[in-house]
Formats: sequence, structure tokens, C-alpha cells
Amino acid sequence: MPIDRTKPLVQVKDLKKYFPIRGNIFAPVKGQIHAVDGLSFEIMPGKSMGLVGESGCGKTTTGKLLVRLHEPTDGEILIQDLNGNLENIAHRKGKQLKMFRRNVQMIFQDPYESLNPRHTIFDIVSEPLAVQNIGTLAERQERVADLLNVVGLTPAHTFMFRFPHELSGGQRQRVAIARALVIEPNFIVADEPTSMLDVSIRIGVMQLMEDLADRFGVSYLYITHDLAVARYMTDHIGVMYLGKMVERAETEELLQNPLHPYTKALLAATPVPDPRFGRDEIIIKGGVSKPIDPKPRCRFYERCPISDDFCKNNPHPPLEDKGGGHYVACYKV
Amino acid sequence: MAKTLLKVEDLTMHYTTRGGDVKAVDRVSFELAEGDSLGLVGESGCGKTSIALTLLRLLPENAKIIDGHVWLNDTDLLALTEDEMRKFRWKRISMVFQAAMNSLNPVYTVGDQIIEALELHIGVMTREEARQRVAELFELVGLDPSLMDRYPHEYSGGMRQRAVIAMALSCNPDLIIADEPTTALDVIVQDRVLRKLEEIQEKLGMSMIYISHDIAVIAEVSNRIAVMYAGQMAEMASSYEIFEHPLHPYTYALMTSFPSIKGRKHKLEPLPGEPPNLISPPSGCRFHPRCWRATEICEKEYPEFKDYGNNHFAACWHPLEKPAAEYLEEA
Repeated sequence: MPIDRTKPLVQVKDLKKYFPIRGNIFAPVKGQIHAVDGLSFEIMPGKSMGLVGESGCGKTTTGKLLVRLHEPTDGEILIQDLNGNLENIAHRKGKQLKMFRRNVQMIFQDPYESLNPRHTIFDIVSEPLAVQNIGTLAERQERVADLLNVVGLTPAHTFMFRFPHELSGGQRQRVAIARALVIEPNFIVADEPTSMLDVSIRIGVMQLMEDLADRFGVSYLYITHDLAVARYMTDHIGVMYLGKMVERAETEELLQNPLHPYTKALLAATPVPDPRFGRDEIIIKGGVSKPIDPKPRCRFYERCPISDDFCKNNPHPPLEDKGGGHYVACYKV
Repeated sequence: MAKTLLKVEDLTMHYTTRGGDVKAVDRVSFELAEGDSLGLVGESGCGKTSIALTLLRLLPENAKIIDGHVWLNDTDLLALTEDEMRKFRWKRISMVFQAAMNSLNPVYTVGDQIIEALELHIGVMTREEARQRVAELFELVGLDPSLMDRYPHEYSGGMRQRAVIAMALSCNPDLIIADEPTTALDVIVQDRVLRKLEEIQEKLGMSMIYISHDIAVIAEVSNRIAVMYAGQMAEMASSYEIFEHPLHPYTYALMTSFPSIKGRKHKLEPLPGEPPNLISPPSGCRFHPRCWRATEICEKEYPEFKDYGNNHFAACWHPLEKPAAEYLEEA
């Protein structure tokens, strides 16, 4: 696909998604969950970005917004189309939306639920082609066979007409990857693609995704709760907390030199598979709350070990560049 | 060395299914000293949970123990009648299960559930005494005692896991088996629960068996690590030793395939193939089809699980000669 490598592939500007809360469907709205609240970032072609954070921080909602499984409440999602123009797809509908999906695909967390059990592997992988009306049946078969080989399901003809229940978890996730790649997208949102897989299988899938990124020039938005996995899969990492991005930097920079107290806590809490490394004590209090009509101040204020009255009385800090593309949203850094 | 609390000898256990017998646990032996903690690590289906259920004699009906003994001090748990075993559970051995949500009854308050366990296993006490004991347990696991009159749905995931730990501690057991105690929790909460468990274990001098697929979690909490593969014991040693110089190729593969945020970013090596089907497992060493060091003998004969010195056990015909770091250097 001709994409312009000098421009961002994906550019998100002040993206917001609020979910209304009601007692029941007829009741008036009681409040809003600010699942994603003013997110801005960009991804260059061929680069991958990781979104990390605890459950409920809005990382999956962000992923779903980018493939437009949700419609944003506010903000822009600019994605390069097939001609290299940045188009805002935030509110596209119908045919326009379908055209955009030629370019963007998603891989889901659970390969046991994301594949239709009544469809054969061929049906599953070729479905995007059918939806987009690409190729004849023979061409589709050839394309699917090629891809099954690429993702390591060989020989392809023995897999084509089997059903998902005949495959193991790792094989299913490979099918999901083949499906995401079949229409040659430039951008894939991968939502915890390896967290359901066993260790010895996981690395194979991670390496496959990396190889494919190099080979087809795909960029990933890689959503994960595991910083160690993100270290291997991404060029940049964005750390989210209650709908806000609190820190963003190049992957190694973020891991070696975390600035935001939340990132520090996350890193300190990540277990290290080696008893020879000591770990820092975690200093933050409490648990994650829900972003229901949050107070207009730093989202992390209640749990922050270094917050003071300034943080209490001022709005959520802006994400600022502290040098070298290391962005932090904190008044105290 | 401290007195041996638990000794598992040649345990072999199968599940009967319509497709044939699943050979879930095969000739597993290990020991656990008083006050020690052992981490049992391996992939799904490697027999970790089956071992835990065998120790507690909570196996489903289609499970049959083919061979072996489980000694708790001088009692063979496998020889006890159901009535005798009931006296052992909770008081001597208790368990923290994987899904804390499912281990608590949603229609009783958390405090009442712990009191029920106390009444059944310790005997009659007054309501006041029982509540006093629950309050102590709550303090121990870091929960506010006033929460005991709340229902499980009012708890967060981490609080529920603490409540389940409090329940497991209620009858002062000698041994606690924690099966993936933090798997469903977020990292920061997981860290707190693990630290609490470690602290309690040290304070009360209990023995612990941690079961997890996550070698990083196991490395944090246990003194000794046992690695299982496809129902067999692959290796067992002190945590430090296992990481410094693993003997079994599977242990090495597990370690190198685990991404870490610390240390040098080494290349991750995937293992070829998939874990075997245990209805018809590979002959000899069950790891041989995926092992890069396998030879003819590995296919034919099961290697004995033996001591290579310093309490470092492994079952392998071709144990690794050099420390892990040197192999990583070469790769």
C-alpha cells in the first residue's frame, strides 16, 4: 500500500469516550464514565505503540475507538488512507466506515471467543475479503493458504477446512492474526493478543507478530497490562490511568527512567523472573476507582505519594515533553 | 535443615475419560520442610493443580491414584478414610483457590463464612470469640475488621483474595496450598497480596506451596522452585540455583521465554511444538519431542529424578553443563 512514511500513520487528538450510567434503560442518566478522557498521541508508519495500564484504565476502549467499534464522544482520529492522506474517521458511517476498515484491523484477547465456532478456518480468514468484496473464490483460497503458511499453520490445506475447536489456543490466535492480515492493513490494534496463551506458545506468537510487522510494514497499537511483554513488542509505550495518558516515551527510556509516580509503581509491582533482582517497595495507596464524573484535578491525586495542595486545586496536568520525546502529565516532575 | 513436613513419593494419578486415561501426574516426588515455601511452576495441563487436589484429596470422581504416597509428618494422606481426611483439611492443610470470587458464597457475609469454617473445624466457640478470631485474621491479612459484616460483592478483587487467605489461615494450618492466588489481579494489587502472603508465612512459620504458570511470580515468593512438564517433575532446586544454573532444558526454555523488564533485553526463544496430549504422552522423557538436546535414550527411557548435589534435583539424560548466562551469551 502506498503510505506516506514522513507523516504519522495514526494521529489521535483529544479523543474522548464517555459512557452514560443509568439505573435502567428508561431511567435518566445518573452520570458519565469517562472511559477515555482527552487522549492524544501519534504512531509513525512501521512503528508500534504499547498502551499499558491496569484494568479499567480505558486501554481497550481506546483500541475499540481506533477501529471504530465505538464512536467517540469527542475528538479526532486521523488515519492515513490508501492514498496517504490523513482522514478523520471519528464519525464515519456506512460505506465510508467500511472503506476505512480496509486499512485497519483488530486482534482480540481471547482466541476461544473471537472465532465463530461454526465457521471453518477458511471462512474465518477469508471473511474480511468477502466483506470487502475482494477477489474470486479461487483467489481467496490461494490468499488464505498463503497466509496460513505465513502464520505457521502448515501445511495450510490441512487447516483450511477445520473448525476452531480442533485447534489449540496458540493455533487459534494464529488464525486470528491471519484474519487480521488478509486484507493487508497498515494498522492493527492488538488487544492483549498473548495474555491467554501459555508461556512456551506466547513467545512464538509474539515473534510472529514482530516478523509480520517487518515483512508487511504493519504498525501495531499493542494493548497489554504486562510491561515486560510491551518491552519486546513496542517502540513507544503510553501509560494510561483512568482514561488519561500519564506518561509516554520510547520503550527503553520509559522502563529505565520512569518519571510519573504511577509508572514507577507499575514497574515496581511487575514481578521479575529472576530472584537475583531486588525490587523497590511500592508506595502508592488504595486501588483503582472508576472514572465516574471525576473531579477536575489530577486523576492520580488520591493515590499519589507526592501530591500536594497544588495538585488538589488544579486541573489534571497536561502531558508535557520533558525532553527527548518523554511526555509526562504531572506537576511534580 | 528443618524437619520434613510433607513428602510426596512416586505419585501417579490418572483421569478416566471417554477418550482414554489422561495420565495427568506421573511419578512425582518432592519434599517440603517445615516453614519452607515451594513454588510449583509449569504450563496449563502440566499437573500442578492435580497435585494440589491430590494433597487435599479433593479429586473429582473420575480421578484414580495409581501409585504413590503423600506423607504429612507420619500420616499417609492417601490411606485415610474420608472422615479422617476431613479432620486434616483446614486444620492441617488448607488451600487458596484461583478464583476468589467463586470460593466465597455470595449470600453470606464474609465474616460468617469464616466463622462457619471455624465452628466446623475447631469446634464450638461463642459468637464473640469467633468474631474476635475473625477480626484478628482480618488484621493479619490487612483488611479492616469492620468489613467482616459485608458481602463478597462489596469487596474488590484484591480484598476478596485477602478474605480467602484469611479463611485459609483460620484454623492455623501447617501447610497452605495457594493455586494461582493472584492470577486475576492487577499487578499493583498482586504485588500487595504476594507481599502479605510472604509476610504472614514468615510470621506464622507455615509451609506454603505456590502454584502458578508465571515463573516471575514464583521467583518472587518461594525459596524453592519445582518445574513440571506434562505431568512429570522436570527439576527442583532453590530459586536462586534454578535461575543461576538450570539443569533441565525445559527449565532453561521457560526462563528464556519469559520477558522481563529488568536486565539485558535478551532474545526470546520460542519452544517448538506444543505441550503433548496426556492421553497418549510421548514415551520416555515427555519433553523429548520438543527438546534440542534429545537423543535416542530420551525417547526410550524415563530419566530418574535425582539429586545432582546441594538438593538440586532434575530428571534429564542430558542436563545442561553450564550456567544459564553462558548459554544466553552464545545465543
